[in-house]
Amino acid sequence: MQKVNRLQPFFENLAFEREDDTMIINFGPQHPSSHGQLRLILELDGELVTKAVPDIGYLHRGMEKMAENMIYNEFLPTTDRMDYIAATSNNYGFAHAVEKLLDLEIPRRAQTIRMMLLELNRIISHLFWLATHALDVGAMTIFLYAFREREYAMDLMEDYCGARLTHSAVRIGGVPLDLPQNWITKLSKFIDKLPSDIADYEGLLDQNRIWKMRLEGVGVITPEMAQSWGCSGPSLRGSGIAWDIRKEEPYELYDEVDFDVPVSTTCDSYGRYKLHMEEMRQSIRIIRQVIAMYYETEPEIMAHAPQYISAPKEQIMTQNYSLMQHFVLVTQGMRPPVGEVYVATESPKGELGFYINSQGGAYPYRLKLRAPSFWHTSLLQELLPGHYLADVVTIIGNLNIVFGEIDR
Amino acid sequence: MMRKFTQKKNAQKKPYYTDRFWVAPQVPKEEVSSDEIFAKDLEELKSNFDIKDAYIQRGQLVVYIGANENVEVLTFLKHKLEYNFLSELSAIDWLEKSGEFEIFYQLLSTSKRKRIRIKFFIKQNREIRTVSNIYKSADWGEREMYDMFGVIITGHHYMKRILMPEDWYDHPLKKSYPLHGDEEASWYEIDKIFGKEYRDIIGPENRDSSRVDENDTYNFSRIHHEVPFGEKPSSEIVETDYQEDGGVFLVKSLKKADSVTLKERP
Repeated sequence: MQKVNRLQPFFENLAFEREDDTMIINFGPQHPSSHGQLRLILELDGELVTKAVPDIGYLHRGMEKMAENMIYNEFLPTTDRMDYIAATSNNYGFAHAVEKLLDLEIPRRAQTIRMMLLELNRIISHLFWLATHALDVGAMTIFLYAFREREYAMDLMEDYCGARLTHSAVRIGGVPLDLPQNWITKLSKFIDKLPSDIADYEGLLDQNRIWKMRLEGVGVITPEMAQSWGCSGPSLRGSGIAWDIRKEEPYELYDEVDFDVPVSTTCDSYGRYKLHMEEMRQSIRIIRQVIAMYYETEPEIMAHAPQYISAPKEQIMTQNYSLMQHFVLVTQGMRPPVGEVYVATESPKGELGFYINSQGGAYPYRLKLRAPSFWHTSLLQELLPGHYLADVVTIIGNLNIVFGEIDR
Repeated sequence: MMRKFTQKKNAQKKPYYTDRFWVAPQVPKEEVSSDEIFAKDLEELKSNFDIKDAYIQRGQLVVYIGANENVEVLTFLKHKLEYNFLSELSAIDWLEKSGEFEIFYQLLSTSKRKRIRIKFFIKQNREIRTVSNIYKSADWGEREMYDMFGVIITGHHYMKRILMPEDWYDHPLKKSYPLHGDEEASWYEIDKIFGKEYRDIIGPENRDSSRVDENDTYNFSRIHHEVPFGEKPSSEIVETDYQEDGGVFLVKSLKKADSVTLKERP
């Protein structure tokens, strides 16, 4: 290996002249197919990967440290920056964990709005996954089509909360706003059209010879591997294990809606592609049912818990005591009870968990973020050896990793 | 003159107001016997290991074990009690209070649909054994724990820092580590690129490459106070006409009568 010498350039991407004739290359961290700042140190024998060492940390911002120095409400917008493809699912994961710690009851309307946003985010994330994954593999048309539909979905998010990427669309205790006028009409229009779009993507990819050759039998995650490496979400269900937290440990109103958990038993990238497609259809199905539920709810959108949650704005503006309480909650922050929770939710990428240890103060004593991509990236060291260099791109794209949540 | 007292073991942000008489409520701890599956699991665990404490909090079983039994307990949980996933592991810093780290393993059983948390305390410089042979997900989990807290793990196949650079000083998630980094952290890039001897030459005012200095007229210009390149900054207001002569080219060719306003996105 060449020695890194400061002030002197060196060819950091290649190292030849090893005794066993293998070649070490750096894949990334500035590689368009590494989906962020992933540096992958690959040992190649010809084009065959014999060893892979993922190196992460290029996007490390110390979110857990930041959380220990912030009040709970202050940390919520920071969670946007974890999985920035589907920001609401992070917001929700955090808000839900804190609510569990506080033992709050969330108004039904807020729950329906949250579910709509969560499923919409799942669609956005899956469309983005499909677009970038297909682009990596060489199907540029899909990229353009899928981004078009994602744009419409992001318009809906923008209509609701004003942001397209970093939504902060959920609050601890509920949601900040009721749905804007005509939002449901626009949403219905979007989900009415989406199935035909998904059919279009499938028409382009399902029987596409190149797509199948690049994906079938590539990146096989056996069920044992998936369990041992802590896989979750589509990567786990792609290995034939039907585990969806929405189904098994239902939160919000997921136990009231009717949806299937698609499972693929082929364990390869193609199976996971089919799975993502089916999951989008299930999300559409959930949104349809939730829209009907929305109309039957009372207009309340924030939980009533004066000790932890500010009163509605009208009340703050008219009632002195509510104003005082709001002032204390904003300046000092809520103080949850002493205790700890680990709460997992099903984000588009997998099991998104928040472990919160509260010592009764305004700042969490310890907050651990369990981001699914982190564990999926660690799997690469076992998954990649035995594949060809070109398959590395397929596998990274297929695992749907996002570096905001790996490095946190 | 006395120096101001600063807490070395906890450099975290303190709330500016704390109520002296505030008694924090507790998240209730339930008896393990209240849940059938957990009660059975705990019984099995108790017959094999020394269990220090166990309770259910918010639907999850929390079990305190001895620090030297972590590998055996987790092997037992995986193979005998069907806890097939290690979702998360990490540490909590109690160095200020008792000089200890609290380590937790968060496990999940998909067949029982139950989550369980295994915990134990270790003294600061004590080592723990790796569980990455049982659950491979512990591979990176333990590396992160070492990186963030400096908990030393024996038997791990590749015990290196994971998120921080390899030559980073100290472990950033310890409570003694300030949020904005320590002295070493602020000089890290200078030391790395130029060498320690350049600290004096570069100086603390130049070590941050993203620093913006309003008196620096070489690299920046203050709006309404523009001066020629490299000259002294002035406080006088400069009237600048940012519009180019004759208007902007693109706008000129737009005919308002010919434009169409779309009702909605096609």
